[in-house]
Amino acid sequence: MAMAKIRWTKVVVFLLCLGPFLWLGWRFWNQDLTANPTEFIQHFLGDWAIRLIVVTLAVTPLRKLLHLPALIRFRRMIGLFAFFYACLHFLTYLWLDKLFDFGEILKDIPKRPFITAGFAALVLMIPLALTSTAGWIRRLGGRRWQMLHRLIYGTAVAAVVHYYWLVKSDIRLPLLYGTLVAVLLAYRVGTWLVARARPRTSPKRAQPAIS
Amino acid sequence: MLIKKPEDIRYSEVTPKSIYLNRRRFLAGIPAAFLAGRELLSPSARALAGSKLPALVKSPLSTTEAQNSYNDVTRYNNFYEFGTQKDQPAKYAQKFKTDPWTVSVEGEVAKPRKFTMDEILKLSPIEERIYRHRCVEAWSIVVPWAGYSLSTLLKQVEPTSKAKYVAFESYWDLKQMPMARPEIAGIKFPYVEGLRLDEAMHPLALLCVGMYGETLPPQDGAPVRMVVPWKYGFKSIKSIVKIKLVASEPPTTWKMSVPEWYGFYSNVNPNVNPVRWNQKTERRLPSFFQNHPTQIFNGYGDQVASLYAGMDLKKLY
Repeated sequence: MAMAKIRWTKVVVFLLCLGPFLWLGWRFWNQDLTANPTEFIQHFLGDWAIRLIVVTLAVTPLRKLLHLPALIRFRRMIGLFAFFYACLHFLTYLWLDKLFDFGEILKDIPKRPFITAGFAALVLMIPLALTSTAGWIRRLGGRRWQMLHRLIYGTAVAAVVHYYWLVKSDIRLPLLYGTLVAVLLAYRVGTWLVARARPRTSPKRAQPAIS
Repeated sequence: MLIKKPEDIRYSEVTPKSIYLNRRRFLAGIPAAFLAGRELLSPSARALAGSKLPALVKSPLSTTEAQNSYNDVTRYNNFYEFGTQKDQPAKYAQKFKTDPWTVSVEGEVAKPRKFTMDEILKLSPIEERIYRHRCVEAWSIVVPWAGYSLSTLLKQVEPTSKAKYVAFESYWDLKQMPMARPEIAGIKFPYVEGLRLDEAMHPLALLCVGMYGETLPPQDGAPVRMVVPWKYGFKSIKSIVKIKLVASEPPTTWKMSVPEWYGFYSNVNPNVNPVRWNQKTERRLPSFFQNHPTQIFNGYGDQVASLYAGMDLKKLY
């Protein structure tokens, strides 16, 4: 793929990921955030965080299945956007729900399992965001970097659990995300089993591609 | 602004329903700007409105707090029969057929009977009751409801000494409510609720037929619902078809679904904090912030606390 084309597609993916945020800003500007603006904003940001988490998890399987290895070049950006939406989602909790009352927040996070799960999902993303640069991949070494970045599996599971525990009764969306995450993780288990079963004929595991 | 008529005008003296219902067609032609008292009334918002009720009697039970806009109350609804998302009832309840409508009042009563909507509207002068409305989801609004105390209706059927509780049931029809299925909404249907008889007979317990001076729009529980302002909103059952007086505590929908989150009483209480919501504070919509201290019994403690004398409200939540 030509470099120019990659640059251009990266801009498109960037704008696609930023789109929901701009849309939210537009609705805020127009005071079109329903009678309960906080709930709307909080759910909107949470929805986009979990969607992008699923998308990052889908990158590797899609590369292989669609024979589009270049997709890897978008993964870091999508992952960082997932972190961006998750941080804003958490910020709505800290600020609009709790008014930065950290005494209450520290009691709330362990007391309410759905918040514990959501918080865990976010915390697990922090090291991934921090080590997302090329410099950190070099410093850690591809192998160790890749091990560390498997924390995203934990984030995905915790995010689904968070969603499942917080809904009142309509579990269709948490089940949908849960199914997607299960399939995407099963793919990893499957490839791992296949790789283990096969004698070591293949060359050393490829280093993670960076962009 | 609602124009209040003096209390001495009886329902029987005002315009018959069939005639004032025609006003709707007439009103639809008037530019929305003339319909004072509402903010931001777009033509589409107009379509959500009910028909004008006759002049309402003011009630000393009303709060003087600022009311929420009609838009807030008609576009942000929990009415799972028409979808579990807050914006769905406003979209999917519009064709809900509420005429003809009857409410069966039965069970442990001397004179069980069915009331037509017309009979319900004529049973007593319709009062305006401006109440605080507190959702279990920790938000609250202020709504000018229209109706009269449920006790007025219950007295008509003469509850017997065996009657200890009142069980309510909502309308349920998959043809009109295709999303009202447990596998979609996650709760059982028909929606059922209940009150202890003394709670149901309390003057604050409102049999509600309208809001903002008009009949109820479908998404707000047309044509007749309960409003029990000292309890979480889900106790205020919508689109009632059956009221049954019973001897023992009746099952209630949300309690059946998640008993740890929702009790039979579900009185607004900042000191009872089940695992899902922090009830110490509330968000007074359309505010962004959950910073308003929750009042016990939603601020109606002076009137209703005596109903619960001697009860451990932490256990019987």
